[in-house]
Amino acid sequence: MSDWLEATFALLRPRALAALTRLFRDIDMAEEAFADACLKALTVWPKDGAPRDPLAWLLTTARNSGLDHVRKSQRRAAILSRHIEEFQPMPAETPAPDEMRDDVLRLLFICCHPELDRRDQIAIALRVVLGLSVEEIASGFLVKPKTMEQRITRAKKKISLSPVAFETPSPAERGARLGEVSLMVYLMFSEGWSTSAGPKQIKLTLCDEAIRLARLLAALFPAMGEQAALLALLLFQHARRHARIDRGGKLVALDDQDRGLWNRADIAEATGLLQKAKRTGHHGVYIVQAAIAATHAQAASAGDTDWASIESHYAALYALQPTPVVRLNQIAAQAKLYGAHHALKAMEPLAQDLSSYRWFHAMRGGLLQETGDHLSAITAFETVMALGPTALERVAITEKIAISHKNLRNV
Amino acid sequence: MIYAITIYGEPGVFEALPKDRQDEVMSGHGALQSALADRGEFVSMKLMPPTSAVMVQPAPSEGAAPLITDGPFAETKENFLGFYAADFKDLDEALDYAKMISSPVARLEVRPVAWAGGAISSE
Repeated sequence: MSDWLEATFALLRPRALAALTRLFRDIDMAEEAFADACLKALTVWPKDGAPRDPLAWLLTTARNSGLDHVRKSQRRAAILSRHIEEFQPMPAETPAPDEMRDDVLRLLFICCHPELDRRDQIAIALRVVLGLSVEEIASGFLVKPKTMEQRITRAKKKISLSPVAFETPSPAERGARLGEVSLMVYLMFSEGWSTSAGPKQIKLTLCDEAIRLARLLAALFPAMGEQAALLALLLFQHARRHARIDRGGKLVALDDQDRGLWNRADIAEATGLLQKAKRTGHHGVYIVQAAIAATHAQAASAGDTDWASIESHYAALYALQPTPVVRLNQIAAQAKLYGAHHALKAMEPLAQDLSSYRWFHAMRGGLLQETGDHLSAITAFETVMALGPTALERVAITEKIAISHKNLRNV
Repeated sequence: MIYAITIYGEPGVFEALPKDRQDEVMSGHGALQSALADRGEFVSMKLMPPTSAVMVQPAPSEGAAPLITDGPFAETKENFLGFYAADFKDLDEALDYAKMISSPVARLEVRPVAWAGGAISSE
C-alpha cells in the first residue's frame, strides 16, 4: 500500500511544496511541513480511506503542522510576525489553477537563482521540487553524497538570502520565469544524457526527472506551445536511450543506432505533443528542436532521413538562436546534403569560436576521414582527446584514430 | 451485451510507482487482455496524458466555427485514462473481468455500450 501512497505523494509534491512555500515564505519549512503531512497520511489514509482531494488534505495538514512548529519555535516566530496575515484560516481546498501554476513556477524559479551554478540549480530543484534524496541526486551527478549534501546546503543558504517576489507576476515576468525554468529543465535532461553514458549502468535519473518537470510545465501551461514542445523534444530523445549504447557499453552514433530499439510509445506521445504545440502558432526554440527530433524519429533508417528538412529547421533555429553550435549542427545536416568538402569549408569560420568544443573537432575529423585526408583527421581527433572527452567518447575517438592510421598504412 | 470497462485515475501515479509495482499492474492488464482474446474480439485503449489533449468546444454563436482550445487546465482530479470493451454474457461476468485490473489508484466503471460500430458489434 505504501508504494501507492508514495507515488501519490511524489506526484503531488511539486504543487504542494509550491503552495506551502508561498504560505510560509520559507522552503525548509514547506519541506518539513509536507513531510509531516505525508507521514500522517501514511497512517490515516489506509485506515480511513484516501481523501477525495488528496492535495487539499495534504495542504491543510501541512499548513497546520507548519503552524504548530511556528508557535513552538523562536526563529519561526519571527517569520510569523512578518507574515501574520498569511496564517489566517486557509480554506481547505487547493489553490485555483491560475494561482497554482504561478506557485509552481515561482518555486521552480526560486531554484533557478542567478547566483547559483547551473548544476546547483538543477540539484536544488531535484531536492526541493521533486523530493529526490541527496544520495539519488549525487548518483545522478556522479559525485559523493557528502559533496552533494554540502552543495545543496550552500545553495539553500544563497536562496534564502534573496527572496523572490511572492506577488502574482506580471505576464512579462511570468514569461521570463517560464523561459528560465524551461531552460533549466532542458539542461537537467542534457546533464543526465551526458553523464548517463557509462559502461556499467545507465543512470537516467536526471533524464527521467527532467521529463517529470517538463510534464508538469506542459500540464500547468497547456496553451504554451513551447512547453508542450519541450516535453516532446525530451521524449523524442529519451526514446533513443536503449539504442545509444551497445552491449559492450559503447556509444552508438545516431546513424548507426538500431531503430527497432527506439521506444515507440515515447515517440508517439512526442509526436502528438508536437502536433499540438504547432497549432499554437508559437515559434520558439523547443518547437524547432522538437521538429528536428521528429524528423529523425520518422525516418525508418538513417538513409531515409529527410536531411533537407533538418537543414531548414536548423536554419530556422539559427534565426532564433544564432550561436556557433546551432550553426555547426546546420552544417552537419549540409554535409549529408552537399558532401564533406562543402561542410568542411562551411565550418572554417567557426573554428575560432568553437576551438575548445569537442564536437567541432570530432565532426571535423569524421568529415576529413570521408574526404580521405586521414593525416588531418588524426590531428582533429587528437584535439578531441586533449579536450577532456568522457570515457565513452574516448573509446569512440580512439577507434576512429585507429581507422585513420590503418588507412594511412594501406596507402 | 457489450460492456465498456473504463478506467479513471490520476495521470502520472502509475509512472511514479517503483518498477515492480508497475509490473504488477501490467500483469493484471496482460491477464485481462489474454483472457479477453481467448473469448473473441475486444477493444482496449490507453489514452496519453491529458496534457496532449486539445478540446473542440461548441461554437460560441450560430454560424461560427467550433472553438479549438488547448485542453483543460491541469487539475488534480481524476482523469479518464483508458478503456476496454468486449462482449460479456452479463454484468456479473463483466465485473469479474474488471476485477482483474483493479488497483489502489484506478477507479473502474463498468457500463453497457449502447452502440458499437465496427467488428466488435455482437449484433
